Amino acid sequence: MPPRLAVFKFASCDGCQLSLLACEDELLAVAEKVEIAYFLEAGPRDTTGMYDIGLVEGSVTTPHDAERIREVRAQCKYLVTIGACATSGGIQALRNWGDVDEFARQVYAHPEYLKTLATSTAIADHVKVDFELRGCPVNKHQLVELISALLWGRTPRVARYSVCVECKRRQVVCVAVARGVACLGPVTQAGCEVICPAYARECFGCFGPKEQPNLLSLGVRYRDDGHDPQHLTRLVRSFNAYSAEFRNFDPANQKES
Amino acid sequence: MTDPIVGARIWLPEAALQGLIDQLRASGYEVVGPRVADGAVTLVEVTSISEMPRGVRDEQEPGKYRLTVIEGAGLFDHVVGPHSLKPYLFPPRTTVLEVLKIRDSWDARVPEPPRPKRAVIGVRSCDLHALAIQDRVFLGGQHRDPEYAARREGLFLIAVNCSRSAPTCFCVSMNTGPKVDGGADLVLTELNTGFVVEVGTEKGGEVLRGLDIRESTLAEFAEATEVPQRAASQQTRRINLATVHDTLINNLEHPRWEDVAKRCLSCANCTMVCPTCFCSTVNEVTDLAGDVTTRERVWESCFNEEHSWTGSGAAHPTTKSRYRQWLTHKLATWVDQFGSSGCVGCGRCITWCPVGIDITEEVAAIEAKGGVA
Repeated sequence: MPPRLAVFKFASCDGCQLSLLACEDELLAVAEKVEIAYFLEAGPRDTTGMYDIGLVEGSVTTPHDAERIREVRAQCKYLVTIGACATSGGIQALRNWGDVDEFARQVYAHPEYLKTLATSTAIADHVKVDFELRGCPVNKHQLVELISALLWGRTPRVARYSVCVECKRRQVVCVAVARGVACLGPVTQAGCEVICPAYARECFGCFGPKEQPNLLSLGVRYRDDGHDPQHLTRLVRSFNAYSAEFRNFDPANQKES
Repeated sequence: MTDPIVGARIWLPEAALQGLIDQLRASGYEVVGPRVADGAVTLVEVTSISEMPRGVRDEQEPGKYRLTVIEGAGLFDHVVGPHSLKPYLFPPRTTVLEVLKIRDSWDARVPEPPRPKRAVIGVRSCDLHALAIQDRVFLGGQHRDPEYAARREGLFLIAVNCSRSAPTCFCVSMNTGPKVDGGADLVLTELNTGFVVEVGTEKGGEVLRGLDIRESTLAEFAEATEVPQRAASQQTRRINLATVHDTLINNLEHPRWEDVAKRCLSCANCTMVCPTCFCSTVNEVTDLAGDVTTRERVWESCFNEEHSWTGSGAAHPTTKSRYRQWLTHKLATWVDQFGSSGCVGCGRCITWCPVGIDITEEVAAIEAKGGVA
């Protein structure tokens, strides 16, 4: 019997699920090796029995989410979170610095019908997660690598080092050093295949913090080079704003290390 | 007719440099040289001198690199850019083994390494010294690296004596430049209207034959001699080569290691741009069907946690231990291992560090308060 795969969605834009569908050729190979039992975005909805691999997209933003993720965890032998929302709370975690009741009053005619939490949090804040794939969205090759590794019973090969390593392997000229733009590459985990720096754009941290990121030192350097501290804060307050290593970044009030 | 024998000093008018490129290309070489791309002087294929960086100067300082154009300046007024010879000999990613599943057994194949014929124009003295170090690492001892060997064989080197130094350069103190002291097929020194060319090898002399050349005059040679001297006199950074080994080894618990770890991003840029850093890792890549496994070798860095990963965790778990590992290996234990320093004073690690950590300043700080715990 092939392993049963399930894909679940929480608060998210569906982009990571689309990355799975965008695997195209590989997806056919995946479909031959695993039974895609539950994947609403693609159709299958078999809710009988356990799943061997559960991929979870999205963050927990409602009381219902918080309950449902426990059920999902109980149904999956191996639970993998995919994407920035599931691994750090996503762009919607910006609410964690704001007043959700106030947002709701601004947007909805009847905010009293809403049942929402004050925060958007990562799946790992609620249940045990076996592995995580970063990115906004996740990288197709990492997704295929993950499934391939799980099929063959080995550890997925997902680097935790900086984006800079991939930039240099591709001989991309450093945009921070040669153009003076504030790039998050040195504190961001590799895996995106350096899409932005390869097009002379700064990294804006889609893949979240690398292992042991030194955001303090980088922030001080950029600030002292004349970058507006507010711009730096906005740069970090994006898809992975609420990751543990990024959330306390405050370059306006940082002293020389 | 001028005979470009080994040791000859030839005058090559600037226009004839195109003839040299054409000659090399006609002999089957891919010609690589300096070319401006993405705000830097990169090292990529060139087919015409019009593609080369005329009048382009690189302003370098810790963590900063900018290009400016100077009216009347030459083709080689820049110093070393972000690229070196390293990726041409030790590619960032290469397949070292392919294993195919055929019915119930496995067929393992070592791919034949490519044997490119490649000529590089504009190689600097520091990078020639780096190449000599890489040769010892990859070709010395019992275990020769077949891919490196195959790529090295077809390499044709046209060096250039530096006419200026960047503030980040410190080759003088490392005894690695700026004057080229061997290791190249041809050595150019750029003057106003052309080049004084020193013929380093027979192969080098051979490609000059048929070009618009003559013997250089004594005046031209005298002028050329001054060019790298001028560059040398501009250098302000230095490392004390005689004492650095003991300075570092005797100060492994110096408080400066903690200090630099606060600034260091552990991003690995310094090791990636270093022309001698040679670390790699191998990954087994499987396909979904399980029929093909490839073993890939990729550049790795001692600044990455995984680099020192063992069954009981990382041997270098902190940035402090990683920086110390890099610096002590580069400047001290490299000497014990390979008989020379691992640093050639090119300054790339200083320029391309996003927070501008300066290797010479770190050594100086440890030296100044050596032994203080």
